[in-house]
Amino acid sequence: MSYVAQRLLTFPLILLGVSILVFVAIRMIPGDAITAMLGTEAGLLTPAQRASLAAYFGIDQPVTTQYFRWAAGLLHGDLGISATYGKPVLQIILDRFPLTLELALLSMLIALLTGIPLGVLAATRNERPSDLMVRILAMLGQSTPSFVLGLLIIYLLSVWFGIVPTMGTFTPLNVDPLANLGQMIFPAITLGFAFAASVTRISRSAMLDVLSDDYIRTARSKGASQRSVVWGHALPNALIPVVTLSGVEFGYLLGGAVIVEQVFALPGLGRLVLDAISQRDYALVQGTVLFIAMNFLIVNLIVDLLYVVLDPRIRLGGK
Amino acid sequence: MHWTNTKRLLAGLAVATTLSTVALALPVEAASLRMAWSQDATGLDPHKQTAFSSLRLLELIYEPLVRLDEKLNVVPAIAASWDFAADGKTLTFKLDPKAKFTNGAQVTSADVKASFTRILDEATAAAARSNFLSIDTIDTPDPETVVFHLKTSDAPILVAMATVNAAIVPASEITAGSIGTKAIGSGPFKLDSWDPNSKEVLSANADWAGGKPGLDGITISVLPDETAILASLRAGQTDFALLNDPLVATLVPAEANMQLNRVPGLAYNVLQLNPSRKPMDDLKVRQAISCAVDRQQVIDTALAGEGQVTGPLTMPSFAEDPSTLFCYKPDLDKAKQLMKESSSPDGFTASVIAATGEPPYAANEAQVLQSQLAQIGVKLDIKMMELKVYVDTWLKGDFDMAVALNGGRPDPYPMYNRYFTKDGNLLKVSNFVDDTLDSLMKQGQAETDPAKRVDIFHKFEQHLVEQSPWIWLSTGYGYTAQLKTVHGFVGSPTGTLFGLAKVTID
Repeated sequence: MSYVAQRLLTFPLILLGVSILVFVAIRMIPGDAITAMLGTEAGLLTPAQRASLAAYFGIDQPVTTQYFRWAAGLLHGDLGISATYGKPVLQIILDRFPLTLELALLSMLIALLTGIPLGVLAATRNERPSDLMVRILAMLGQSTPSFVLGLLIIYLLSVWFGIVPTMGTFTPLNVDPLANLGQMIFPAITLGFAFAASVTRISRSAMLDVLSDDYIRTARSKGASQRSVVWGHALPNALIPVVTLSGVEFGYLLGGAVIVEQVFALPGLGRLVLDAISQRDYALVQGTVLFIAMNFLIVNLIVDLLYVVLDPRIRLGGK
Repeated sequence: MHWTNTKRLLAGLAVATTLSTVALALPVEAASLRMAWSQDATGLDPHKQTAFSSLRLLELIYEPLVRLDEKLNVVPAIAASWDFAADGKTLTFKLDPKAKFTNGAQVTSADVKASFTRILDEATAAAARSNFLSIDTIDTPDPETVVFHLKTSDAPILVAMATVNAAIVPASEITAGSIGTKAIGSGPFKLDSWDPNSKEVLSANADWAGGKPGLDGITISVLPDETAILASLRAGQTDFALLNDPLVATLVPAEANMQLNRVPGLAYNVLQLNPSRKPMDDLKVRQAISCAVDRQQVIDTALAGEGQVTGPLTMPSFAEDPSTLFCYKPDLDKAKQLMKESSSPDGFTASVIAATGEPPYAANEAQVLQSQLAQIGVKLDIKMMELKVYVDTWLKGDFDMAVALNGGRPDPYPMYNRYFTKDGNLLKVSNFVDDTLDSLMKQGQAETDPAKRVDIFHKFEQHLVEQSPWIWLSTGYGYTAQLKTVHGFVGSPTGTLFGLAKVTID
């Protein structure tokens, strides 16, 4: 059986585990959809009123019955109905996903386009002032929380330029590309900054390793130019740790960047799941977490496949 | 080559961004108000929703029989006039013949009866049901007249009706079971779309009985971070915003193009003691705590000065001068003496719960109280909780002390009946039963003479403060911020945004 098929077969098992975990975890948090909706006024409900609301929110049944009912729906591709939105969970997720995907891709692009060249620059000028500067910048990037950077960007834009990115709603790329970019670029920079710092550090150290390898010395002795040694021979081999890092990070980003979405008021998956938890919208939390887990599995599979492309010596499947 | 390309790409992105954001920052529709708030409505059923934002949204769409003006006087809404019989047991309303639902149907007495029947039906789980339990029968002699026959004399019921939780909804929609999914009201605006936690689009209801609204519509965006709301106002991208955080609100007046509207609210900040737990069951301990708390210092330190010291009665028509209440002038010596005479002369340790970010200054408040009470040997252990966890713990009465921001009502009866009468439904939260309070509350409900009611509730307040089951601290302000291009907004102590019906924009 091919490696990919083997991996795909493990997906349902992992998702089953995730589904049970999230189902139980969300119910272990004190408070339910009724207190989430009514707040302290929930204390004024009579037992009959409470029972009626519990039936409305579908939390009147035993937890196991609730789980099996939900799991049975899953098999038909039905993630349930959100109590907050009154819409199918899958539809809400698919509405929010384009934003999250775009934000992840854009911040990834920014991080790789700045991180890799900076890492290479630092490695080729090891221990020189430019290396030191890159390292300081990377340290700064890694240690600045995204909410600080996000708020700082919003503040500076609004005070100095009297502009802010459109907040609250999302203009899809296919509707108005310019408006979309105007809205997404600053959140993407905010997210990409910290990630670029990690990429810089990883690619710098990987490049330093590779540059001291024998085959590089051989390439140089055969008269290869510095450019071709660095970009042609060394970089592809130094990219494996970068790909691993990017895969993991991309998987996280597809789960939504909660803080950045919160600061820039972007209706993405991160805020969706945060609001759903706070409103105890069980179906929405379960559906979204499952969707995020699925994304993570797919991204990891793609990363594994990329290893083979980058380094033909790697054989997947242990043979 | 590679470096140059990267630079070019980044420069291109920066230019594109600047251009697009500049383009986006320009006002789009002059007559439509762009509004922002940090917390969105949680649902559309006016009878079930209690969240602050939900009420604020629904008040623009639905109307009750009567509403409260900015001075908390009862004024007409769907009802053009009303008459309370002398015995306080019959309440008759004449409906406004111009009142129409946005589906074009006239608002009739049948809709009023159907709405109240729905509220009283336990299966609805209506939030305000407990305020209307005195209703015996409802008669509809003609389409424009509704008569409520009450089981007992119930003076506060008229004020209790002045809330969107008692909104009149179309009888046909109740039958269709579509309340909460379709928002068909008779208010100044219609809800065109709602994307929860993202935005609402409202358009003016040209047929509104109160006259044509001054705006073509309102678009409400949910911006969870209030600093971002401020930035959005500053950039002219938002015209009007609701603010919760006093620290953000105090930044508004410094902006040349903005105006802050600040209205004292009815909600009150309070340190709730749990008198069912030792040593808070001891009156002397509770009084010692009351005397040790410096309420003004709590306001100055935790709320950046944004608040006023208050007793239990926060509504202007009932409020007394707080300095006349028991131990409202901090008296550390008296507090120490009371502690010495109490069951815990050496002090004690207690935990105090507070909700993270709700209100935004909850943690600061708990810390100031912690340092003040340390002076009389009371060691507070602060437990911060996520809001819903806090609410759950609070409703179970599972705390030694709680820092809370409790909602106020325009009348003391519905405000405190739930906590301090023997059959109050939140007795589990207050854990305090007192014959005097119970009897005064019942007198206040039955009495119809306004002056006598004020007397009764003053006695209630003085006794309550002396018994100190809770330590009332302050009332805050309701804040809205707006651009100076927005005109005519009048705020209200209830926090309603109904004033937007009369707003115009340059």
